[in-house]
Amino acid sequence: MSGRVLVGVKRVIDYAVKIRVKPDRTGVVTDGVKHSMNPFCEIAVEEAVKLKEKKLVKEVVAVSCGPQQVQETIRTALAMGADRGIHVEVSGKDYETLGPLQVSKIFAALAKKEQADLIILGKQAIDDDCNQTGQMTAALLDWPQGTFASEVSFEADKLKVVREIDGGLETIKINLPAVVTADLRLNTPRYATLPNIMKAKKKKIANVKPADLGVDVCSRLEVLKVDEPPQRQAGVKVETVEDLVGKLKEAGRV
Amino acid sequence: MVVGHGVRCLSQLAELPELHQMMRQTCRDYAQKELAPIAAQLDKDHKFPAKQVKELGAMGVMAVEVPESLGGAGMDYLAYCLAVEELSRGCASTGVIVSVNNSLYLGPILKFGTEEQKKQWITPFTTGDKVGCFALSEPGNGSDAGAASTLAQQEGDEWVLNGTKAWITNCWDASATVVFATTDKSLKHKGISAFLVPMPHPGLSLGKKEDKLGIRASSTANIILEDCRIPLGNMLGERGMGFKIAMQTLDSGRLGIAAQALGIAQAALDCAADYAHKRTAFGAPIGKLQAIQFKLADMALATESARLLTWRAAMLRDAKKPFTKEAAMAKLAASEAATFVSHQAIQVLGGMGYVTDMPAERHYRDARITEIYEGTSEIQRLVIANNILKEYQQ
Repeated sequence: MSGRVLVGVKRVIDYAVKIRVKPDRTGVVTDGVKHSMNPFCEIAVEEAVKLKEKKLVKEVVAVSCGPQQVQETIRTALAMGADRGIHVEVSGKDYETLGPLQVSKIFAALAKKEQADLIILGKQAIDDDCNQTGQMTAALLDWPQGTFASEVSFEADKLKVVREIDGGLETIKINLPAVVTADLRLNTPRYATLPNIMKAKKKKIANVKPADLGVDVCSRLEVLKVDEPPQRQAGVKVETVEDLVGKLKEAGRV
Repeated sequence: MVVGHGVRCLSQLAELPELHQMMRQTCRDYAQKELAPIAAQLDKDHKFPAKQVKELGAMGVMAVEVPESLGGAGMDYLAYCLAVEELSRGCASTGVIVSVNNSLYLGPILKFGTEEQKKQWITPFTTGDKVGCFALSEPGNGSDAGAASTLAQQEGDEWVLNGTKAWITNCWDASATVVFATTDKSLKHKGISAFLVPMPHPGLSLGKKEDKLGIRASSTANIILEDCRIPLGNMLGERGMGFKIAMQTLDSGRLGIAAQALGIAQAALDCAADYAHKRTAFGAPIGKLQAIQFKLADMALATESARLLTWRAAMLRDAKKPFTKEAAMAKLAASEAATFVSHQAIQVLGGMGYVTDMPAERHYRDARITEIYEGTSEIQRLVIANNILKEYQQ
């Protein structure tokens, strides 16, 4: 058991920004737009750092895939308490088409290379809302997975995960090594402290290319177009319940 | 932490170093999430944000410049100014609580204290559990600091302090104070000394909390000293050094206030610009009207100019170069920017600016004090003029 945790951190458009579709409808405007760490990734980092503080794991490695700018996101993870970072360089068209399948291949390869015992990811990213990377990574590694985690604890040599599911809460026990994806209520991420921001500057970020890991980042998906959601139409007032049922039937809803 | 020791590139005015950007971001996040939502209520209730001060202590913000060995964050003054601005943008009262602790309380002890004094009076005040205050002004003198009438007499192995200090920020929430008292009346301002007094302490009592126009979550009151006895070892610096300590402390302190004023100005600008997008009149958002556009431009210009003056003064201080004139310029520019911008913000909001539903009225009330404390605008002008005249000495 290396005691090493890999945490994925994704650089996304900040949650508070108003998203605008590009005029050519190939995507959303990202130039000059504020970016930050995906909120679920923050929760993942927090959980990993907490486990290290409890001495249940030995080292937290923050990983991000993308161009030069993702180093800011890795450094934020370092300022929260991660020990070192890995920047997987993906840029240009490859970055635009980078998705869960390629990222999970990258994580699987890194997990083997770093001999990680645990991978913690956010349950999904707020830009694509895929909710796939954790699951795919576990499948590629043939590792157990505890997704939508709202509580994670060690019990002997197993991991106990309480999962938020549609019906309520499900508690599972899984063997290590494993993949966990963080849900909203897992924890409240800490603010980076000034001393930790200072320390983060000295922590190392290694650079690696997908090819070095034997991963082809070519996408199998093609985005045809991106549109704004339909404009919200005005509602219609009705006088009676019969009118309401009539209108619903007209609209094919009933 | 100094990049290229003693040499500060002007390129930092163009773009802050990564370290400073990160700490600015963490303070901005904290202010947005934890301070802005409660600022109106804190103001209404005159409530000291004890929980937030503790959290800020844990982040290292209550002792930015204090070395790590004493429990601080060990960062530079530019970083401190960025922190105070971002926090003040969320809550101006919290901004001044942080500023007074850092600049006016920890500042002089860090500079003039003995190693023993630093351990005793600095380290417990870095965590946010305890805050300090600075007692210079008196009912009889504010700007006229040299006329201090509070007396300190030596009686055996004790100093006995008698007098009243006025307008002391943080005092109802403080656990210690730096007090200035006359030890030799005949020496006039060269006869003033500085003392460290714990709070509470026999012989030290607090006047009623002032009911202020703004920054209401921070407490302001008189400190009354009646035969207040402290050990001889509680003198800060040398006998007669008090005025010099006060002036040097205020030089730095006024950058903290400049930063606070910038935060208030920025918050008011945020409010006005947001409203300009949303409010429609004459068939379009009011941001399309030149009258509003000219206001927003002037508001942004005033804020940005004052910001650059503040950063430059901080960088000069970090490079251990003279910065008195620049600090006075920064404080003057920033405080006048805060009152100007918050005034215009209310104008942009119209009637909505006059009610508590929007924060514009609080920014207007908070801004006003920045032109008064830690050196009135008039004093700043005198400081600047004196420096200019010296430069042109015949």
